[in-house]
Amino acid sequence: MAPYIARRLLLTVPLLIVVSFVTFLLIRLSPMDPAEVVLQAQETPQITEELLAQTREELGMNDPFLLQYANWLMSCFRLDFGESYVSGQPVWSLIGPAFANTLSLTLISSVFIIVLSTLLGVVSALREGSLADKSTRGLSFFLTAIPSYGLASVLIWLLAVKLDWLPTSGMDSAASFVLPVAVIAVNYVGIYFRTVRSSVLSNKNEEYVLYARASGLSERAVTMRILRNSLQVAVAIFGMSIPIILGSTVVIENVFAWPGLGRLSVKAILSRDFPIIQAYVLIVAVAFVVINTVSDIVNAAINPKLRSERA
Amino acid sequence: MSLWNQLSKDKWAVASMSVIGVILLAGVLAPWIAPNDPYAVQMRLRFASPSWEYWLGNDHLGRCILSRIIYGIRHSILWVLAALAASVLIGALIGFAAGYFRGRTDAVLMRICDVMLSFPGYVMMLAIVGILGPGLENILLAFIVMKWAWFARVIRTSVMQYAEMDYVRFAKAVGIRHRTILIRHMLPAALPDIAVIASGSICSMILQVSGLSFLSLGIQAPYAEWGMMLNEARAVMFSRPELMLAPGLAIVISVMAFNFLADSIQVALDPKLRTKSARRRTKEAENKAYEYVRG
Repeated sequence: MAPYIARRLLLTVPLLIVVSFVTFLLIRLSPMDPAEVVLQAQETPQITEELLAQTREELGMNDPFLLQYANWLMSCFRLDFGESYVSGQPVWSLIGPAFANTLSLTLISSVFIIVLSTLLGVVSALREGSLADKSTRGLSFFLTAIPSYGLASVLIWLLAVKLDWLPTSGMDSAASFVLPVAVIAVNYVGIYFRTVRSSVLSNKNEEYVLYARASGLSERAVTMRILRNSLQVAVAIFGMSIPIILGSTVVIENVFAWPGLGRLSVKAILSRDFPIIQAYVLIVAVAFVVINTVSDIVNAAINPKLRSERA
Repeated sequence: MSLWNQLSKDKWAVASMSVIGVILLAGVLAPWIAPNDPYAVQMRLRFASPSWEYWLGNDHLGRCILSRIIYGIRHSILWVLAALAASVLIGALIGFAAGYFRGRTDAVLMRICDVMLSFPGYVMMLAIVGILGPGLENILLAFIVMKWAWFARVIRTSVMQYAEMDYVRFAKAVGIRHRTILIRHMLPAALPDIAVIASGSICSMILQVSGLSFLSLGIQAPYAEWGMMLNEARAVMFSRPELMLAPGLAIVISVMAFNFLADSIQVALDPKLRTKSARRRTKEAENKAYEYVRG
């Protein structure tokens, strides 16, 4: 196990460097001159060549490229992502709390997704062909076709406005979590429950099941063995899904006015607030790489077969 | 042609292909079949109910909703399909090169793919849109940039298994040029796999593009797009919730049709899945899950 972990970690470090480099490069590729954007955002009345040159010098844009990157990277380690072009506030003071809010939304949704899709997947696989199985699968086909923002709007209209059971937006109480979590969960349960189901089904046809039955094990014991083997696939997929959900709560956050990363980043994109966009990309990409690494290690711990393969 | 024969026997496939055919045709022929000008603002018709002239009523600017839905097909479906085709093409070129030549070419191309895939797709799309500015063409460009690596990976795996087949080895041994082998022998063999992964990712693409338009990062006014229409309807959601119905249903119906078609293509191309109808959806669900996992 230890060699596997070492190998996997060795792979992660260069990846993190590349990720940070690409993030840095991204902003340089922008067709707009950052100095000009800063001055426009600060509503400077008249942008002169002199002013531009001075701003460039302040932003360190005259340094050699790699030095700029190194300086930027070092300041990122100190959580110094610069200041927002628009409000002038430090980026971390905006993005830190937003990250925490998005993370709590993601983690709570993931718990629901894991529990619900495992439950539905196992039940519909064990009762394959039954009415429950067919209706769950039919429903999942329909639910995955609904755009999440559409579903969110309908739920807001029905539960928050017509019935007045839940808050429409914001993050004030535990009740605020209900609608966003429900919408995210519906979206992903429809996908992941089928993965669990297919994994249980393919295990049902394995020879060890035949052997277990032939040696007279009770049906209950056989089922337990099927579950143990098939849930490994589920663990793998859930591990990878958490960063995906982290990145794709953007739409949900905007519909529910959730004070998270997604809302912050869309606002930043619309106002071309590059330091926020850059910090957002870096933070989520690093979270993505780190969570992927952790889930690979967890998977290898559960399933020895994976350890021998190339990391 | 066997794929076509298989599909025409499957009633779900026929139904979904008919729906898709009608949608695509309506999109292409939009200027001729749309009953009204989709951009004509008529303030006296604001929020008008359906009438003989405007079958689905009028929106907050008095524009014909039906015409906007029909024109919206172009931006919501046709352009998305074009972007998908472009990224599959790039993915196929890289995947073929890596899977067929192996060795150093393969190693370099796959490391590049690994790096691309280590970024969360949705976030990178936002980043690219953030830098280039909102707009449908920027979203589609971001899609192509982010998606090709995923296609390259899957196509490489599929190519690799055929590259080791005896008939390909034989072709190599008798000195047939690489290009001829690739086009004559490898492409037909790998085409079904490409069809499966391409059709499997249409749905998530349509939903994501309309989602970005919903956030007003996509197509800009006055053009019609379903996600944007939903966003416009959301502004008056409390007083006129029925306005969300038409664009919402348009998205749901098209995504479901593509979903069923992708499913049927998978079943038609995999005899193993065909013989055991109970296992029908198995492989498709797995692929789809991985597709989502990779964003």
